Amino acid sequence: MNWVWSNLDLIWDRTLDHLVLSVPPIILSFLIALPLGWLANRYRISRGIILTAGGLLYAIPSFPLFVVLPLIVGISIRSPLNLIIALTLYGIALLVRVVADGLASVDADTRQSATAVGFSTWSAFWQVDLPLAGPVLLAGLRVVAVSTVSLATVGAVIGVQSLGSLFTDGFQRGIQEEIITGIVLSVALALFFDWALVMLGRLAMPWTRRGSRKTRSPGGPAVQSEPDLVRTATR
Amino acid sequence: MNFFLDAIAWIFDPANYAEPGGIVSRLLEHLLFTFVTLVFASVIAIPLGYLIGHTGRGRGFAIAGAGGLRALPTLGLLTLVALWVGIGLEAPYVALTILAIPPILAGAYTGFEAIERGTIDAARAVGMSEGQIVAKVEVPLGLPLLIGGIRSATLQVVATATLAAYVADFGLGRYLFAGLKTRDYAEMLGGSILVILLALVLEGIFALVQRLVVPRGVIAGRPEDVRARPIRSRAATGTPVTEGRSS
Repeated sequence: MNWVWSNLDLIWDRTLDHLVLSVPPIILSFLIALPLGWLANRYRISRGIILTAGGLLYAIPSFPLFVVLPLIVGISIRSPLNLIIALTLYGIALLVRVVADGLASVDADTRQSATAVGFSTWSAFWQVDLPLAGPVLLAGLRVVAVSTVSLATVGAVIGVQSLGSLFTDGFQRGIQEEIITGIVLSVALALFFDWALVMLGRLAMPWTRRGSRKTRSPGGPAVQSEPDLVRTATR
Repeated sequence: MNFFLDAIAWIFDPANYAEPGGIVSRLLEHLLFTFVTLVFASVIAIPLGYLIGHTGRGRGFAIAGAGGLRALPTLGLLTLVALWVGIGLEAPYVALTILAIPPILAGAYTGFEAIERGTIDAARAVGMSEGQIVAKVEVPLGLPLLIGGIRSATLQVVATATLAAYVADFGLGRYLFAGLKTRDYAEMLGGSILVILLALVLEGIFALVQRLVVPRGVIAGRPEDVRARPIRSRAATGTPVTEGRSS
């Protein structure tokens, strides 16, 4: 524990670095994946293209991507921007599928009712489809948040400072406490983001609070697959 | 784009195939390491997952454990274990086996859980023993999801094995670290391209296998329009949504 007390400044700085690297990708990937996911759900052709591209992008290992990406975009390999772009891409790759699936899970009858009572496509998306797909999107966003925080540590091997720097530094200098501190803090940060998203979800979707853990009776639910996906995502 | 031409020239440069330590042997090291790690993880995770899926007990424990593991940074685990057991392949084997267990475990038990209860009740009603239900009903129907889990684990291990070159002299990751150290862009980029290609090829193979293992009866029962149905109700769905990535 001695190492921790004498290096609080360093730990604090790396935690801040980590926040700078992981918060923008979580927000950006959601904002970008929303229209893409809608497009994927809307047309058969775009669905195939977008979901396949997302799947392939997702399969690319992170360390090689961190090396290749800066040369494509034209930035320095050690730039934090490199990591932010790469993490955003991974987030998008995962979320387009979630958005497409979430929108697809909205009951067709519900959508037709919305049209019948006079919603335009635009307002039906914001006021009917999006809120009903909300729990699915939230589940996906939680997965993205947790894996982004964990993935940001990999940047340390290319020289982008984060909590991961505690791993490389601790390994090279043989300081076990430093590595453990890094692990504990990045797990804590991931769990904090996860918790924050759940709280945000409760604020934005108060109707999910009641009975959200139980499978609702068949025939009734507007979002049929919600408990299913929440279950898989909290795994 | 010059960097990319250099990288391609590097990949095809005969000098980089000279043994020992040539591209072919590094690629084989990478593959062998991935395979052995997956075998270790499968031996632990599949029986455990089947037990959880069949009995329905211990699910909460499995979910909590796997959720916690997803938040665990791979690089941290790798360096910590390497510090304990020393430089060499032991640390990557231990660390990556731990990382590969959750997706396979999840694939095994969700494969069982996704089966309609009526099907299992029917199997019991016609007089199948518990062993027969597992072997003849649950295992075949759960296979696509299990393969999906192994697919996630494979991608995870191939990716993290690249990082493992940080603590052991093996695999394609060596080129990335060596290139980074000497600022040799052709080498690090060439190495990166090889790892990316390897991951994409494995992804393609698994996508194919996952389709092939869907029992014929399940295919016959599928509706035409995939969008008209809720997600994840089919036996064969292995999406990244279930996992999230950590390296």
